This record gives sequence, structure tokens and C-alpha cells, in this order.
Amino acid sequence: MKKKNNILKKIANKAYKFGFVSKIKTEIIENGLNEEIIRLISKKKNEPEWLLEFRLKAYRHWLTLQMPTWPHLNIPPIDYQAISYYADPLKKSKDNKNKEIDPELMKTFEKLGIPLEERLALSGTAVDAVMDSVSVKTTFKEELKEKGIIFCSMSEAVQEYPDLVRKYLGTVVNYRDNFFAALNTAVFSDGSFVYIPKGVRCPMELSTYFRINAANTGQFERTLIVADDESYVSYLEGCTAPMRDENQLHAAIVEIIVNDNAEVKYSTVQNWYPGDAEGKGGVYNFVTKRGDCRGRGSKLSWTQVETGSAITWKYPSCILRGDNSQGEFYSVALTNNYQQADTGTKMIHLGKNTRSTIISKGISAGKSQNSYRGLVRVSKNAEGARNYSQCDSLLLGNECGAHTFPYMDIHNNSAIIEHEATTSKISEEQLFYCNQRGIDTEEAIGLIVNGYAKEVLNKLPMEFAIEAQKLLSVSLEGAVG
Amino acid sequence: MEYAQEYIDLFEKNRELLEKPCASLLNAERAKAFLKFKNNGFPGIKEENWLHTNVSKRFAADYGMNLGRITANIDLQDTFTCDVPNLKTYRAYIVNDSFVQDEKNEKPLPNGVIIGSLNNIATNTPTLLEPYYNRLAERGDSTVQFNTAFVQEGIVIYIPRNCEIEETIQIVALLHSNVEMLNNRRLLIIMEENSKASILLCDHSASKLQTLSTAVTEIFMARGASLDLYELEETSAQNTRLGNLYVHQDGDSRFNHSNITLTNGFTRNYIEVELEGKGAETNINGLAIGDKQQHIDNRTLVDHKVPHCTSNELYKYILDEESTGVFAGKMLIRTDAQQTVSQQTNRNLCLTTCAHMYAQPQLEIYADDVKCSHGSTVGQLDENALFYMQQRGIPADEARHLLMYAFAGEVIENIKIDTLRDRLHLLVEKRFRGELNHCKGCSLCK
Repeated sequence: MKKKNNILKKIANKAYKFGFVSKIKTEIIENGLNEEIIRLISKKKNEPEWLLEFRLKAYRHWLTLQMPTWPHLNIPPIDYQAISYYADPLKKSKDNKNKEIDPELMKTFEKLGIPLEERLALSGTAVDAVMDSVSVKTTFKEELKEKGIIFCSMSEAVQEYPDLVRKYLGTVVNYRDNFFAALNTAVFSDGSFVYIPKGVRCPMELSTYFRINAANTGQFERTLIVADDESYVSYLEGCTAPMRDENQLHAAIVEIIVNDNAEVKYSTVQNWYPGDAEGKGGVYNFVTKRGDCRGRGSKLSWTQVETGSAITWKYPSCILRGDNSQGEFYSVALTNNYQQADTGTKMIHLGKNTRSTIISKGISAGKSQNSYRGLVRVSKNAEGARNYSQCDSLLLGNECGAHTFPYMDIHNNSAIIEHEATTSKISEEQLFYCNQRGIDTEEAIGLIVNGYAKEVLNKLPMEFAIEAQKLLSVSLEGAVG
Repeated sequence: MEYAQEYIDLFEKNRELLEKPCASLLNAERAKAFLKFKNNGFPGIKEENWLHTNVSKRFAADYGMNLGRITANIDLQDTFTCDVPNLKTYRAYIVNDSFVQDEKNEKPLPNGVIIGSLNNIATNTPTLLEPYYNRLAERGDSTVQFNTAFVQEGIVIYIPRNCEIEETIQIVALLHSNVEMLNNRRLLIIMEENSKASILLCDHSASKLQTLSTAVTEIFMARGASLDLYELEETSAQNTRLGNLYVHQDGDSRFNHSNITLTNGFTRNYIEVELEGKGAETNINGLAIGDKQQHIDNRTLVDHKVPHCTSNELYKYILDEESTGVFAGKMLIRTDAQQTVSQQTNRNLCLTTCAHMYAQPQLEIYADDVKCSHGSTVGQLDENALFYMQQRGIPADEARHLLMYAFAGEVIENIKIDTLRDRLHLLVEKRFRGELNHCKGCSLCK
């Protein structure tokens, strides 16, 4: 037991690999949130009038809202006036027209394992790199363009494809949706825009890498993915932030539109700074992610590996509007030390013969609290809906908590809905079995946890799966109670 | 607050009338509860625990309350004879909220056992009730505070140490009124060490008018006590029932609860069990059969506070026509409650497109060495099974009934009294066929 505790301590003290700060000259606007700031952000991004109006409408609505208190989270009060809502690490060139990438910035992304030079990049993955409030670079844009695929930063999309953006922006997550959706709509800075035209299968994985670097800022990015009829895209998202004693807010919106027979696969490996072993610092990750399966036979699959953030509060959801549409949610959420997570999904069945699958694996260690909260709603006209949910929790240590709060609202009698959940710990027998065969405790726990999460990890694209597996082992091996 | 305000005014105007016939123990708790109710009003539908049940609206009707304690003129034998055949019982009645002794059938109780009026016992031997009355319910929500503020009478069941009662204690609760009426009932069950009893509590209504009854039950089980509690709801579609049941269990005690809702119009049951002694075991079973516009909301909380306790929960709903079912069951395993074994199952059948089911099975776990699981399903009758039976000459309707009957059977099988189990099988079958529970002659069934 003592040995195990030692291992646990060792893990807890393990430094966060991505916690460095880059010295990049960053233009940061003054702290605070008001209409002037919003106008300033909009002006900096040279936005059309309609977008500014859209922001202001959201801001005025946000003022009428109060932060919800229903999650199983202990969130210290957030001072929204103490945050800067725009930080730009790109310096302007002499002619003041084009922005240049600081070599320091290139180095940062290289250090994070995200080379921005295409010749160095992993073949088969196009990357949009976002630091603080600005998209730094998007790779393989030209190759993708040949196929008609648009993959660029949101700011660029607003300039280049305003009609497309206007048509789809805010149609899945309305600014009135929730507190953080309103906030994001008011101040969103960058993010990625993806459009896959009819009948095109995207030849490479698209990926966005989010990095918070500047202090006292929040990141409020906005991603919009549109998959037109019979198209396919696999999209990956990764994120890290420096180690700081202050908490930083990340409130993003991801909107996905899936048309007839199209398929979108959205994978996240979330590794924001989780705070130190005493629970000091870390990122608040309050994100609204939602996909609208508008078309017949459309499919949306969410896969998430959540290991970072001091507080994670998000429910990637599927609106299954088209007949025969399909939603999937695969999640591994790991909390350690004082981390808190309240995450899950919503499956809203509206069309006929819609199907959804939810597989959620929670792992709690240290003094963390990990909750699964999910909604399955079958509306009155959703004939033949089918849902299967499985939520397992693994407890490592006797000071952490694992909770399950599923909601099932069923308004159609032809629905078949199943939910099951279990909570347990790694048994002494399993460890003993491994030890007997010469596998030490630390390695055995890594094996067992990875086996436990395998169902979800298998859904990740290859490169991400390896990364996620490592991440799980780093955060967990030895953490057994 | 709009409906709550009427009751706050009513209380303040009639405080003297309310308190006059009551024991000081009841009045002391009343004062505290009223303040809480006055501050909070009725719960709104935005509150997590009341998401799908609009309780405030239920208080909108212009109900009468029997604050002046007018005795209902009712012949019990004439009103109620549809009993469980061959079930030997000690029987007592609650008419609206008052305790009524069954004088014609009075049987001597075993030594030391008390079944009596709450107000009388609180007046004559307050020391018996002081450690118990409102000790669990004081933390309840405003519907509980409402009950404590307005309650004037109820029933106490006291089982002394080492006393095992073989015959079932049957409490027949009758609603009887010529006006639309609201009544507040209270039940206090005290089980001393190593005592054992089974209690059948059945609700009936002799009123054709709108009625609302709030019922608060507190059960204290000392070490090694064992209680089987069967609650059978058979009132009318006009009745609203707001039930709150609180159970405290010490070590090695065992509590079995079966809660069957058959015909009530609007039902909200809250059940909270705290396991505070090692080795305690609790089994909660529920069956709800709804049709027309019935609304059945069952919410449970099993609070594991200490190690080595066991809890099992099984709730089943069969929803027909436009009925609505709500189930929210929470298993709370606290940090110290290692070695807990806890299982919760909720299965629901929706038979029409207009039936709604809201299910929320929840686990909140703070201890690691536990075995906890829950499962919940919503579905309809198996088409293949129906087809199979029809192929073999069983008419479609009959086949449906058979499947529903089998679905409900799992809950009924948990009832340990043979005669009661048989009776319930019959009742449920009749309920499926749309036949009321007609006996041969009492005025309830005419």
C-alpha cells in the first residue's frame, strides 16, 4: 500500500508537459467587457456590420443572464471584467497589411509537436493553429481547395466566404442557448471554419490546435463545420495552456451541420492545464458543442478524451433531425488532484428511426469529482428511436467522487432506450494477477485503465489514439487506492 | 408564491384554531415549519427536484380544511369491506387525517405495542415522541414543511424491543368529504431494537370531488429491527397525493418497501432512506400503472453514510393513454461508506404515443471500494412476443395483458405476504382490463 501511495505522489507531482510560456510579443486589449470592447474586437477583425450586430445582440442578452448553478461543480465566482477578451500574438509587418509569424511562435508550436511548416507536418493532417485569440496558420489549405474543401480560420472565412458563414453561424447554437453561448457569441475571436462540398470525402484529417499563451486572457473561439450531402470529414481538436496560478477561462462554441448522408467525426483530446496538485490555477473549460444532423441518414460522432482543465463543463450533443440519422458519443474523462468535470452529452431524437450510442468512461483519482450528465430526449414524432447508453466510472482513491446523472425524456412509445451505469475500482485480484506475471503495479494500472478506456480510444484516429493512450498513462499510472 | 400566499394567510388567520386541539410538541414543530414554508412557498418547476411536476398548481383549487376537527360521520364497516381475503391483521383506520379505532374488530395488541392517535400520544406521553417527531422530516422541502405547519393529527405505531408481530398491521386510509378537501396526514413508526413487523397502508377514496392529501411518514429503525411496509394507492383520479417518506436505519436493520400506485390522479412520492448503521439493508420496490391523464412522480434517495450497507431498488412503470411518469432515484454513497453494495433498476413501458416518461437514475459516489450500478430502460411490448402468442391462438388484447402482467410481476413477487401478493396480482390484472376493483358491497365500490 505504501508503495502505491508513493507512486501516487510521484504522479501527482509530475509536471504538466505543456506548461511553458512563450515569450511572444502579444497585443492584448484592455481588460473588461462592454459594448465598446465588442466593437473594438469586431473592428480589429474588420467584420461586416451584421456580425457586429449579432455580437451586440448576444451581449445584451448575456447581461440579462445569470450563471447557472445546477452542475455538480464548485466554481469560484468569475470576474468577467478582469479578463482581456482579445490577445493577438501576430506582429504586424512594416507595411501594416500582412501579419508575420514570429519565429518564436513557430518554435512554440514545434515544441508542442505541431509543426506549422507543411514539409515537417505529419502527412495526412491539415492543421489550423490558434494561439490566444488568433489563428496563426492553416496548413495544406491549397491542397484542400483543389477538392473544393474550405478549411481556414473563422476570421478569414468571415472575409472570404461571408455568405456561407452568415447562412450557418448561430443556427445550431443560438446565442440565447445558455450563459456561455451568449458570452462566446459576443466576444468570439478565432476558430476554424470547415466546409466540405457535396460528395467529397476529405482526403486528410483536419485538425485545430488551440493554445492559450497570454496571461489574464480568455479564449473564446468558435468552430463551424458544414458537411454537405454525402460528404465525409474527420476533425481533430487539441489544446494546451501554460501553468499559471490564476484560472483562465475557455468558453468556446462548436457548431456542426451534417446534411443528407454526410458523416462528421469530431475528436477532441483536451489537455488544458489542470492546475497544480493543490488545485491552484488551471483552465475553466466551459464549452458548448452541438451538431445538427439535418439530413437523412446523416451521422455525427463525438469522441473526446478529457484529461486537462481545472473544471470541465460541456456536453457535446447531437440533434438527430433527419430521418435515419445517427449520433454517437464516446468519452473518456479523467480527473486527478482537485479537478472537476461535469460532462456528457445530449441526444435529441426528432426524426424517424434515429439511433444514438453513448459510451462514457469516467476515471477519478486524487480528490477530484467526475460527473456524467446526459440527456436522451425522444420527441413525439420520433418513431422508432433507439438509444443505448453505458456510463462506467472507475474510482482510484478514496477521496474522489464519481457521479452519474442521466436524464431520459421519452415522448414516443416506439422508442427503445437503455441506460446502464456501473461504478467500481480496480480490484486487488486484477493487480495481483498482473504482479504474478511480472508486471509491476504501475504498469498494471496503466494496462487496466487503458483496457477500460479502449472502447473509446479505438474510435480515435490513429495518431490521436497513441497520444491519448500516453496521456492516460501519464496521468494515471499508479494512482490506485 | 401566488398559491402559497393563500395558505400563509389562512395559517396566520387561523393559527389559534389550528393549535388549540394539538399537543405542544406538534405546535412547536409547526411554528418552525411555517416559517420555512413562508420563506420558500411551493417549489417551482425550475427546481431540479420538481422539473416535471408542477406542484404549486395542485393547490390552486379552493380546498376546504378541517381545522375545526369536525368528526366525519362515517360507518367504517359499511364504507370499506373490500379487503385482502384471508389476511389476518390488526386494523386501524385513518379517515382523512384522523385516527379511528376499528371498535368492532378490535383485537388485543401484543404487549407494549402501541397503535394510536398522534395527537393523543403527543399530549399524554410526549417523552415517547419527542426524540422522533419531525426529526427526519424537518430537512424536507416546502411540501413537507406545509404538512408540518398544518398537520393536526396522525397515527403512531410503536413496536417495543424484541417484539415480533406476526400478523400484519393494516392501516386503511379513507378520504371522505362532501366538499373539495385538503388534508394533511402524519405517520410515525418507531421500531425498537430487534423488533419485527409488517405494515400494509392502503389509500382509498370515498369522495367524488377533488381532494389533495399530503402525507409525511417518518420511520425510525433501531439496531436489528425489521420492517416490511406495503403502500397501496387506490384512490380516485380526482385525488392529488404528495407523499414524503423518511426512513432512518441503524445497524443490521432491514427495511423492505413496496409502493404500488394504481389509480391515483396526481401522485408525487418522495422516499429518503438514511443508512446509519453497519449492516443495514434496504429494498425499495415500486410499481406505477397509469392511464388517462394520471401523473406519477416517484423520487428516491438512498443515503449510504456508513460502510457495509446494502440497497436495492426496483421501480417499474406502465404508462397508457396520456399518462406521465417521472422517476428519479439517487444513490448517494458518502466517503465513509466503503464496501457498499447498491443496485438500482428502473424499467418503463410506454404503451401509447401520448404517454410520457421522464427517467433520471442517479449515482453520486464518494467512496471507492463499492459495487454500484444502475440501469434504466424505456420501451414497449415486444412485437415478437405478441406475434408468438397470437400465433398460438391468444387474442391480441389478451396477449398484451399477459405481457404487461408479467412485466409488473417482478415487483409484486417481492411482496412477502402470500395473501397480499395474490390479491395484488388480481388487482393489477383487473386494472389492466380496465375493471375497477369491485367488491360485493361496500359503498366505495358502488
